[in-house]
Amino acid sequence: MARDDLQTAPVNGAARSSGAVIAAEHGTRSSAIAGAEPGAGARGAAQAAAGRWLHHHVLDLDDFSRDEIEYVLETTDAMREVLARDVPRVPALRGTTVATLFYEASTRTRASFELAGKVLGADVINVSASGSSVEKGESLVDTVRTLRAIGVNILVMRHKSSGAPYLAAAHTDAAVLNGGDGWHAHPTQALLDLYTMQSRLGSLRGRRVAIVGDIAHSRVARSDIWGLSVMGAEVVLCAPPTLLPAGLGRRVQTEQEEVALPGVTIEPQIERALRGADVVMTLRLQHERMHSGLLPSLREYSRRYGITSERVALAAPHALVMHPGPMNEGVEIAPDVARSVQSVIEEQVTNGVAVRMALLYLIGRGA
Amino acid sequence: MSGRELMSADDLRRAVVRLSHEIVEEAHGAAGLVLVGLHTRGAPLAERMATLISGFESAAVPWGTLDVSLHRDDLGRRGVRPALHRSEIPVGITDKDVVLVDDVLYTGRTIRAALDALNDFGRPRRILLAVLVDRGHRELPIRADFVGKNVPTRRDEEVQVLLRETDGRDAVLLLAREGD
Amino acid sequence: MGSLLIHGARLIDPARGVDRVEDVRFVDGRVAANAGEPADRVLDGVGLVLAPGFVDLHCHLREPGQEYKETIHSGLAAAVHGGFTTVCAMPNTEPATDNRSVVEYVLRTARAAGLARVLPIGAVTLGRSGKQLAELAELAEAGCVAFSDDGSPVADAELMRRALEYASGLGLAVINHCEEPSLAKGGVMHEGWVCTRLGLKGQPAAAEEVMVARDCQLAALTGGHVHIAHVSTAGAIEAVLAAKARGAQVTCEVTPHHLTLTDEAALYGPPGSPVPAYDTAARVNPPLRGTTDRYACRLALADGTIDCVATDHAPHALTDKECEFDQAAPGISGLETALPLLLELVQAGELPLARAVEALTIAPARALGLDRFVPGIGTLAPGAPADAVLFDPDAEWIVDPREFASLGKNTPFRGRRVRGRVIATVCDGTLVYDGYEAAAAVTAGRSG
Repeated sequence: MARDDLQTAPVNGAARSSGAVIAAEHGTRSSAIAGAEPGAGARGAAQAAAGRWLHHHVLDLDDFSRDEIEYVLETTDAMREVLARDVPRVPALRGTTVATLFYEASTRTRASFELAGKVLGADVINVSASGSSVEKGESLVDTVRTLRAIGVNILVMRHKSSGAPYLAAAHTDAAVLNGGDGWHAHPTQALLDLYTMQSRLGSLRGRRVAIVGDIAHSRVARSDIWGLSVMGAEVVLCAPPTLLPAGLGRRVQTEQEEVALPGVTIEPQIERALRGADVVMTLRLQHERMHSGLLPSLREYSRRYGITSERVALAAPHALVMHPGPMNEGVEIAPDVARSVQSVIEEQVTNGVAVRMALLYLIGRGA
Repeated sequence: MSGRELMSADDLRRAVVRLSHEIVEEAHGAAGLVLVGLHTRGAPLAERMATLISGFESAAVPWGTLDVSLHRDDLGRRGVRPALHRSEIPVGITDKDVVLVDDVLYTGRTIRAALDALNDFGRPRRILLAVLVDRGHRELPIRADFVGKNVPTRRDEEVQVLLRETDGRDAVLLLAREGD
Repeated sequence: MGSLLIHGARLIDPARGVDRVEDVRFVDGRVAANAGEPADRVLDGVGLVLAPGFVDLHCHLREPGQEYKETIHSGLAAAVHGGFTTVCAMPNTEPATDNRSVVEYVLRTARAAGLARVLPIGAVTLGRSGKQLAELAELAEAGCVAFSDDGSPVADAELMRRALEYASGLGLAVINHCEEPSLAKGGVMHEGWVCTRLGLKGQPAAAEEVMVARDCQLAALTGGHVHIAHVSTAGAIEAVLAAKARGAQVTCEVTPHHLTLTDEAALYGPPGSPVPAYDTAARVNPPLRGTTDRYACRLALADGTIDCVATDHAPHALTDKECEFDQAAPGISGLETALPLLLELVQAGELPLARAVEALTIAPARALGLDRFVPGIGTLAPGAPADAVLFDPDAEWIVDPREFASLGKNTPFRGRRVRGRVIATVCDGTLVYDGYEAAAAVTAGRSG
């Protein structure tokens, strides 16, 4: 019998919980076995894990398989447990240096990454675009090379230009973790969304997820669409036409048979979009959208697309309400909805740390 | 790889029963005893022992699981990350007699990581180690308190423990790598 | 100056409808009436195509002001490397070519280079700022053959009207880079599914089309000649077709990259790129469009709605492109790949070889009436200038920008396997590019 077969055999969840003392807080999930004692199976384990994880960088979810996403979510689950310990600190990334390079202000995401790195025992340094050589006009490529030269192993990056992390990844052998680029991608947010949904709803296959709001300018929506699509969920987008990007909602046949974003449905009418949804996700509305003629007023947007309790009532009874934050309460979401029992917005934030720990652990120093 | 059976299902069952008795004897009963199985195959072994001890001591013995991956000292060298599991110990371990349970004792590095990881959960009165198979080749000053079977091996061999819960049947095999 | 004989080549001279094997002899910078006489030097043209030297209506030489991107000398070396013997230099230099002294500087420097002919294009407005007309008559006297604010559109419709009227009095065309600023604002690529995939702001095809439509109306209104630079959308082509049908003086050009690439180039990059590539080499204005627009450009070039091919050669330094996609300078270094890219259409059976040659020679010359400045330009009729290119239409090679003569190595075609290679370029009777050895090396490399 091949060792690899044994390594990937799923754990029987029922057998695990028969001891009655292990309560699987987030439901039982099939998980692969790897990481046995070296020599007693390190080879097999390495092969099993390698088959599930091939990324040096994490730039978007567009190149993730279902198996890889599940692997991240399983690892996240273990990280949740670490965070719940009295002393949430493990030495997994001792000797690893993580730099957060943020060209765009973001207290939340940066703090989340910083905490994640510290829990895993990494050294974390924060580099801001203001007050550094970046402001003096140093190019991104030079900055990335400099950080590598001083010993940074993992580069967490936030940038206002779409694609900037790809440029960084092409010019360093440090692992690059995309913390959000322009309107393009925000893979850690998408993974924490998937984790939050899956921990509450179980499998996402066939689940209906309504994303409401400024899709056109949203990196969260784009990465969520990739992730949800891979996990088999149905994505419904709801926004005024001015906030929907070009080339969505229909499969665009080209020479390479590619699509802008995989399998989404457009439903401009919010009541129809929310009907029967398992998840209602709304996006932050940037106030400057009014000045570029995309919307007449906040009031009109709120009236037509705001998530109110009446509208949430159209969704499935168990439906989750989600928001990537920071919220404009009273604009895209009513305050009572944000605080309702169906809202998992705060849980998203907590899960964010665990997801980022999982990714740091998985792409962490390989040599 | 070709395999030779070191222990049959019956051998394995008898070894687990014996280990359970030895543990109770050493701990002077079930009170204050916590069994902690290491992922992956230490966990079902710990569960079996807890059930057995609960049976013959008529007192519930708590058991939990521990994933030591985050505490390994060879993470960087192995390149690929082992899959992580939750560590779940249902009771406090401070001032308890904690028995670490694993399937195979080899270099001792897993146990060193486990001792480290247990620190996050509390300060036990003492920590004991029970293993189904000790195959030698220690790289650290670590020894087992309870051993199901001592098996002299070569480094290029592999000891494989199969358990009903994870593999569908009970057995211990000695695998010799071919070629390589 | 002496004489030069090109022997045994297939002569394609669309201006005269010639396509046959014929020797051509140059004497004292002119095509001789009789090829039979002896010559000081003979070039072997057997198996090659001989055509009039290529004429590029749209080229950025960067000098004066941005010599780190390109100099007049390096730009002209790139021109003759690509088979071009005449290039029209766009006025977006620093300072802009909006006065006599800059025009004279460009002409003087080009003559000193001694490679290809430069015909300067003067700015429409002072400093290309779109506010006040430059002294167009003085620019014409200094040697400008047309006017353009290229890089920027003439956005103000009233100003465009007056520019067309004023230039028509000088008999010269206004070349407009059509891009309605309010629609194109912030857009760094074509608006379509690829920009959505990449999270980049697109500019819609309509940004180009509304201004093309406007300029066509203004040409009809004023009787002036508008030449639409680098047409790239089906809608723009329709507008040009309609304007031509009603007799307005409208001509237009298309670039090799709009004929061969789509917006997917930014996503996929050259062979072997990771995806998404965010290939800044594919950032260009107007942006690379979708497959339908590319198809429309190919059809319109074949049927003559699009008059000619122009390179929009826009060389940039490495640092202008090795940056975030939306920060990258738009433009493609195009002089040295124009011929093989156009031949891709010929190889695909979409364009007759004679039409391809025409689109690079007599067609651009006619579009701007360049015959008035260089009599006989674009043909190899007896008495015409001794400007010619010899190329091997079947030679295969892989585009490697390191081999470019241009300082601008920015090309989305790097790594592309192409067919068609310039072997020799003659300008004014002088062999200004000799690629026999290089071609032999490529052939040897392939067979070895």
